[in-house]
Amino acid sequence: MASSSDTPIRHLLGLEGMPPDQIEPLLDLAENYALLNRSRKVSRDVLRGRTLINLFFEDSTRTRTSFELAGRRLGADVINMSVAQSSVNKGETLLDTAATLNAMQADLLVVRHSQSGAPALLARKVDASVVNAGDGMHEHPTQALLDALTIRRHYGHLAGLTVAICGDVAHSRVARSNIHLLTTMGSKVRVVGPPTLVPGAIRHLGVEIFHTMEDGLKDADVVMMLRLQHERMSSGLIPSPREYFRFYGLNQKRLALARPKALVMHPGPMNRGVEIDSQVADSDQSVIQEQVEMGVAVRMAVLDRLTRSRHSV
Amino acid sequence: MSTLLFENVRLIDPAASLDQPGRLLVRNGIIEAIDQAGAEGRPEEAVSIDGRGAVLCPGLVDMRVEIGEPGYEYRETVASAARAASAGGITTIAVLPTCKPAIDNPALVRLLRSRGEETGAITILPYGALTKGCEGKELAEIGLLHEAGAIAFTDGARAVDPARLMRLALSYAGGFNALVVQHPEEPSLAGSGCATAGNLATRLGLGGIPSAAEAIMIARDIRLAEMTGGKLHFAHVSTAEGLELIRQAKKRGLAITCDTAPHYFDLNENAIEGFRTYAKFSPPLRPESDRLAVCAALADGTIDAIASDHMPRDADDKRLPFAQAATGGAGMATLLGVTLTRVHDGTLSLSDALALLTSKPAALLKSSAGTLTKGAAADLCLFSPEQSWLVEAGKLPGRGQNTAFDGRALEGLVLGTWKAGVPVYRKTEK
Repeated sequence: MASSSDTPIRHLLGLEGMPPDQIEPLLDLAENYALLNRSRKVSRDVLRGRTLINLFFEDSTRTRTSFELAGRRLGADVINMSVAQSSVNKGETLLDTAATLNAMQADLLVVRHSQSGAPALLARKVDASVVNAGDGMHEHPTQALLDALTIRRHYGHLAGLTVAICGDVAHSRVARSNIHLLTTMGSKVRVVGPPTLVPGAIRHLGVEIFHTMEDGLKDADVVMMLRLQHERMSSGLIPSPREYFRFYGLNQKRLALARPKALVMHPGPMNRGVEIDSQVADSDQSVIQEQVEMGVAVRMAVLDRLTRSRHSV
Repeated sequence: MSTLLFENVRLIDPAASLDQPGRLLVRNGIIEAIDQAGAEGRPEEAVSIDGRGAVLCPGLVDMRVEIGEPGYEYRETVASAARAASAGGITTIAVLPTCKPAIDNPALVRLLRSRGEETGAITILPYGALTKGCEGKELAEIGLLHEAGAIAFTDGARAVDPARLMRLALSYAGGFNALVVQHPEEPSLAGSGCATAGNLATRLGLGGIPSAAEAIMIARDIRLAEMTGGKLHFAHVSTAEGLELIRQAKKRGLAITCDTAPHYFDLNENAIEGFRTYAKFSPPLRPESDRLAVCAALADGTIDAIASDHMPRDADDKRLPFAQAATGGAGMATLLGVTLTRVHDGTLSLSDALALLTSKPAALLKSSAGTLTKGAAADLCLFSPEQSWLVEAGKLPGRGQNTAFDGRALEGLVLGTWKAGVPVYRKTEK
């Protein structure tokens, strides 16, 4: 059978429409990197001589560091550009920045931007392979891949699992990418949150909507919490953090409604006491630290895959 | 001046219920005679223009055009707008007051009118600002603007928000029997959204504007018009719900009118897939069900006019992440061609389609343009309804190249445009 794992992938802009036979091999490759990372046996030849530019228009320490580490472990030259020191603040447009970076002949461009679609716009203008490291409310594909890898390591598969994604689904790129990946892989996806943070139209993506944690968490295999951004409160979408925690925070009692040993996940950084209780975050069921570890492995796999695509065509 | 005899043309003048093969004689820029085919005699000095069966109709009246002058000349000047208009068969344009400075001063109204005359190709009918600076705070000098020649009052693509202000505007403008034109979108619901709320916006991660933002504003303003007796027109109506409210208001005999633009009856929201900013409009493109409702409202007469909603923008305004990109599309060159798609699919008769582009908008603006009248200026459009052409961004007349119809083949080709008998556009034969 012909495998899509050989099909060149030019950019990783999102997971919408990515078929299972591309996702599965990517997760296999990441799994492999996870093992190599633990045994410190990664070859630095994979990306030797390649240049990776981390282009972050939005603050991020975790994701940027994760990509940086992934690039370095594979031998790439990594350059970090953050908005604070770039000419974007001087009025240069996104496309001017793209043209400049293009002239520098980067091989891989990792982009985070506050606007949905910004990496797609860049991808049309540069020769480098673009990896979306989070764009507005659109997608955050490497986060969903690392979440999937973490789940797969515990359950051995994704199909048939019930995953509850809880919190600010409306504004979450993490939620969208996870929904695309998990539904494609045959998981049952629920989204849980107050109606102001869970748009009804999200059901078109193949998920079931719940407005109480009690209903949404019942018999779930995975409980995936989302970070509540502070501006959601200032814009009046929820009345207060304490009310949010009271109804939508994850505590031991609510977690007990899920399957025994259900995984607790969070893309970080966590607001302890707002969306998640500290006890739960630090419990045996929490795989939050493992997510971070898998993040590096997944990003190595993505960089490897895109680079091989670039040079096989 | 010259004498022109248009021969072998299909004369269509919806205002006079005229649709027949015939001839039209123009002397010194004035329509002198309108004959049936086969009429005898011709002035010796007449230059003959053989239409080869093409349609000769009144020059189109486009009731919603934004040009960049004054203030945004990089987008479009009066001269470049005139080129776009002429190529689209348009001889009269109503120009929005949202330039820099806003048209809230009688001198600016006169300036725009005379800038139009200077081109020799278009008549500019300026809208006056409804509020000072189009800022939505206090009423502009509606009386003085009206006296200077402002044909109606609006804040352009900015909705007049406070209900009290809209009440005052309708009431005060009513004293001058002046038309108030509203952008029907409830601003706090629209927020910073940039696509119609729903499946697509959710999937793309774009801020959504609920369709109801249009209906809510229309419902409110119909009630205010009823309360004040003011004359109210809704621009670029795009939703089924909004159109139904207008349909009902008309049945109740209220002085409510509306227009729509080609993109609302030819495109749906899927055009923005892939974050295509050239399909970003305000109001945003809607789901297919709304597009069909706009077509139905064109057919049943709920919609009073089709306007191009011409909003020239340069590449830097559009090549941005979707939410940050400018709204609007260059529309004059494609106005007739896209409108004729609804004739070719049987939604509208050719005569009804032309009425929506000529006599009806002219009547709303109390302009004498838009009809073929003996003794009136010969503003004419000659076009072939069937001949096709390809829309190519970058090759459109005028500065605005931001078309959502790039790559589309349109059936309906303007062959020539005459302003007061002077040829201002001729399609060059290949």
